Amino acid sequence: MTSFMLSDTTASKISSQLTHLRHQMGSPAVGMVLTLVVVCDESDQYDAVRAATEAAREHPSRILVVIARDPAEPNRLDAELRVGESTPGEVILLRLYGELTRHADSVVSPLLLTDTPVVAWWPRECPDVPAKDPIGALALRRIVDARAAAGPVKAIASRAGSYVPGDTDLAWTRLTPWRSLLAAAFDQPVGKVKKGVVEAAAGHPSAPLLAAWLGERLGAPVKVVESDGPGLTRVMLSTVDGDITIIRSEARLARLSRPGQPDRQVALARRATSELLAEELRRLDPDEVYEAAIRRISKSSRSS
Amino acid sequence: MTEGSPGRLPEQAAHVEEAVLAASTAAVAATTDAVVAANPLRDPSDKRLPRVAGPCVLVLFGVTGDLARKKLLPAIYDLANRGLLPPGFSLVGFARREWRDQDFAQLTYDAVKQHARTPFREEVWKQLSEGIFFCPGEFTDDGAFDALAMMLKEIDETRGTGGNYGFYLSVPPKFFPVVVEQLKRTDLAHGPDSSWRRVVIEKPFGHDLKSAHELNAITSAVFPESSVFRIDHYLGKETVQNIMALRFANNLFEPIWNRGYVDHVQITMAEDIGIGGRAGYYDGIGAARDVIQNHLLQLLALVAMEDPTSFEADSLRREKEKVLKAVRLPQDLARSTARGRYAAGWQGGQPVIGYAEEEGIPADSITETYAAIKLEIANRRWAGVPFYLRTGKRLGRRVTEVAVVFQKAPHLPFSKDDTEILGHNALVIRVQPDEGITVRFGSKVPGTAMEVRDVSMDFAYGESFMESSPEAYERLLLDVLIGDPPLFPHQREVELSWKILDPIEEFWASQGVPEDYPAGTWGPASADEMMARDGRVWRRL
Repeated sequence: MTSFMLSDTTASKISSQLTHLRHQMGSPAVGMVLTLVVVCDESDQYDAVRAATEAAREHPSRILVVIARDPAEPNRLDAELRVGESTPGEVILLRLYGELTRHADSVVSPLLLTDTPVVAWWPRECPDVPAKDPIGALALRRIVDARAAAGPVKAIASRAGSYVPGDTDLAWTRLTPWRSLLAAAFDQPVGKVKKGVVEAAAGHPSAPLLAAWLGERLGAPVKVVESDGPGLTRVMLSTVDGDITIIRSEARLARLSRPGQPDRQVALARRATSELLAEELRRLDPDEVYEAAIRRISKSSRSS
Repeated sequence: MTEGSPGRLPEQAAHVEEAVLAASTAAVAATTDAVVAANPLRDPSDKRLPRVAGPCVLVLFGVTGDLARKKLLPAIYDLANRGLLPPGFSLVGFARREWRDQDFAQLTYDAVKQHARTPFREEVWKQLSEGIFFCPGEFTDDGAFDALAMMLKEIDETRGTGGNYGFYLSVPPKFFPVVVEQLKRTDLAHGPDSSWRRVVIEKPFGHDLKSAHELNAITSAVFPESSVFRIDHYLGKETVQNIMALRFANNLFEPIWNRGYVDHVQITMAEDIGIGGRAGYYDGIGAARDVIQNHLLQLLALVAMEDPTSFEADSLRREKEKVLKAVRLPQDLARSTARGRYAAGWQGGQPVIGYAEEEGIPADSITETYAAIKLEIANRRWAGVPFYLRTGKRLGRRVTEVAVVFQKAPHLPFSKDDTEILGHNALVIRVQPDEGITVRFGSKVPGTAMEVRDVSMDFAYGESFMESSPEAYERLLLDVLIGDPPLFPHQREVELSWKILDPIEEFWASQGVPEDYPAGTWGPASADEMMARDGRVWRRL
């Protein structure tokens, strides 16, 4: 891997240095399919970059990491360029000082790959309205994570208020294996669902999302109850024929029971951030199903 | 499935096909499509939810074969790992071995550890291994199949697989009749209305039109055509499916995809290996039957067909059939085909023996290991554009590609010297290895002189998408379990392909021993001469 530091620099200098590095490595062609902008703190930077580079194996990307440093310092832009073996694409860490911290878009915008999708990801705190954020406004898709928020459940309940097509939340991505398994259970005829329960560790933002999705699709009340975790532990849907249950007592293997059928074990592992990110990058169109779920949560939290 | 000309099938088979068809499509619809459509948790706009197969059992005949160990069992694990197999999915191995379930599970475990493409995860293996069973016996042993039927019934009860069985015949075609007959006798071929039964067969689908008929008669007497899945693993490859995306999702290529702009098309499948230990299978079959009849003609069909009205199996197969029907052989087969046989030589830095010296090859063998043919397509789009197909063993290196070579520019406003070495523009679909697309065009060489030279522009799958794109077998197995047939050739396509190849094989049979070519080179001189007669050359690969 080739790493290169530029201090007190500009976007155009970074750009020409990148071209130079690529030529030096003998691979001037660019096969990257998108730009991923990661907005985070210095302390989250390492894990975020790691997840993003792993996801980039599936989706070769230019990864721009925007790190806001001390706004009281004089204006300055420092950049760290990484090109080579560990990633199929490029990683650029941008450290912003002074007033520049409020104008990150002026640095990011000239560094975006031409005419390919832009995805913004806030691994920790995110703006109230991601689409109105200067960086978010550049992006086709905006990924946030309610689990990293100060009040995760509250955060997910407030998502509908700021929703713009293209928004998505990793709390929703985490549910895909659960939803896939539940959907598979309904591929055989099942009686009408009367009510349901989703059980998860306290303050787990995916639980109300799953309950909302089930409620929305099944037209039945689904409530959330607390358990010791980890994460989601149980989903039970009461139908006229009996209960459909998925219980995950350990974090990797679950048991599925359906009325009139033997219990079955199913792998249901919790996935790493890189896998969640890779799933998000697979389809870049607006997720209407997610939208319906967050709207339902916001409606029910208003009415209660 | 209601279209087409059943007149091509033997009278009786066609009859059976249609009769069983109506009942079975109704039955399949009742269990899967309708229910899935009615599934309140599924929504076409919910693209995160993958297509997951319904509850089912896959019965694998020939579990000890290379294909099973290297491809099928790992592919099953990879599917499970991606969460695409249903809870309760069960795998039954059938073979002539005194084994118990755990022995087969061990074989599967080893195969997965060694060949799976996705990382090994204990919980996935646990889910999968719970559903692994083994049924010992010979194909001729009624008792063994009765035991299999009992076992499947029991699995339905203990694992909730609902009577849905796929039978994968990973065995030589000579065993098809007996296995299929056994499935019929034990009534495993036809389930109750609410379940499906499917049979998967591998190439070769016969060795000429007649044997293809016979083979089809065997399966179609028991299974309706809609339940027969013929695996041509090439069609499961991402690049091959991408041919359709490239052609029909873009506006850049289709306008020039015709005789107005295309000079000719070269379809190549080159292997660097010899026949290995497959003398028994290969001798008497040869390169054309082994590769051209299925892989290369399928590639030709995909490259040359008109746009299908949809990507449903019916519309896609209809277009492929149309173009295969329009394929014409040149008048003089001696001048427009070539065949060769590798002689001892050096391949990639190692000395290798010739075909005639391979173990198990009879002294009087006239089997070819290299075949090249020229075909024409008699329709408005392609009239006059030759399609050159070639395949061979022990060639320079392993590569499969489709090259669409364009005509030269009608007028060059440069001096002759400036463009002396400028070749034809070409669009190359690289199928394997290094999957991707290359576009070749002329570009000015930097400098003060106006010198134009060929350059390549590359799109590499490996570079732009996923390191772990699903293996062809993964995709195809999943399609079998879901019951989605577009990527499987229909019997009619198989027969049309034999109709193209049979006259050539007949001609070759009268020509004695094929011309030798040294191993590690690009085929016999006659293949180059065949191109030279048309004023063309093979692409150097």
